[in-house]
Amino acid sequence: MRWSWIARHSDTISAALVQHIQLTVLALVIGFAIAFPLALAAIRWPRLHGVSLAATGVLFTVPSLALFILLIPLTGLSLATSLIGLTIYTLLILFRNIVTGLNGVPPDVSEAARALGYSRRWQLLTVELPIALPVIVAGIRIAAVTTIGLVTVTALIGQGGLGQLFITGFTLHFTTPLVVGFVLSVVLAVAVDLLLVGLLWLLTPWQRRRA
Amino acid sequence: MGVAAAIALPVGIGLGHFGRGGLLAINIANVGRAVPSFGLIILMFLLVGVGFVPVLVALVALAVPPMVTNSYVGMRAVDPAVRQAAEAIGMTGWQRLMQVELPIALPLVMAGVRTSAIQVVSTATLAAYVGLGGLGRYLIDGLAQHQLTQVVGGAIVVALLALLVECVLAGLQRLITPKGLAT
Repeated sequence: MRWSWIARHSDTISAALVQHIQLTVLALVIGFAIAFPLALAAIRWPRLHGVSLAATGVLFTVPSLALFILLIPLTGLSLATSLIGLTIYTLLILFRNIVTGLNGVPPDVSEAARALGYSRRWQLLTVELPIALPVIVAGIRIAAVTTIGLVTVTALIGQGGLGQLFITGFTLHFTTPLVVGFVLSVVLAVAVDLLLVGLLWLLTPWQRRRA
Repeated sequence: MGVAAAIALPVGIGLGHFGRGGLLAINIANVGRAVPSFGLIILMFLLVGVGFVPVLVALVALAVPPMVTNSYVGMRAVDPAVRQAAEAIGMTGWQRLMQVELPIALPLVMAGVRTSAIQVVSTATLAAYVGLGGLGRYLIDGLAQHQLTQVVGGAIVVALLALLVECVLAGLQRLITPKGLAT
């Protein structure tokens, strides 16, 4: 470890960290925006469920580097390539957890809401979503931590946030940038994870009493 | 993959059987997910040098956590009533483990193995970056030479390999799942 290197390159490091966070957040937001309506549709039409699960599952199985590269002919060596790839990886995790969460709502609760005259949308928003929230947030946590690790791979196609520090370390045969990138990436993952746990705690006050 | 399974499965199954160290198992998995595989490979390379060993260490380190967690969770999820019934008909601890708990936990254990296998195939392609062979060569070399055909060809083969591994393991899981549990 050479601490002076860190001091001299703090700009590069913070820029990489910012890009890392941006890519992660964007991938998660877009992933959620796609997975959520898909999950709602899959619940209404069960046949769609199997198809979506298989499709996202196949995409999830494809190795990350291969997926990023297969996108290059379409979008080139750009931010879009890395973003699309990362988003695809979040899809399976988010989709599965949203469906599991919403399906886990006890049927008598849904029926009670309907009996009280709740419209379908209102019932979803005020009854089913809050009950499914713990499972959905669990999915977001897995997706977030996985994405933070995957962002580093996109350094190979010229993006990559903290992954760029890995490349720097590799080309210079110099461990310091590598360790910095590594530690920051793990710290970021743990921080985001804790943040989401805290968010869930804030959003589900009724769960606290039980625990 | 084999090395990782040899380490992870006994640990997870043992922890689940004796019902200890659950927190440890879960936390290992969470930390494991947070470790960027790409960084781990380069780090191992810089520390140990070129060769098979650094990549193997990195792959094993990545493959262990999902298997530990899943086998632990699978073992814990065995219905206590079933466990007690096995005890009541006079099964020893070992018999109980081999004939009752393990078969019931198999689907989850296999799910962990599948997750790990996919990760290993995926990460093995990254190993080409530090100069090791494998299909990743086509991807890394092609990128460096701006040979789109080579890169895309390699990527397709890698993707197919991953899907094949997944299919084989899914088939294996179906084969070894006890009939009574099949859904």
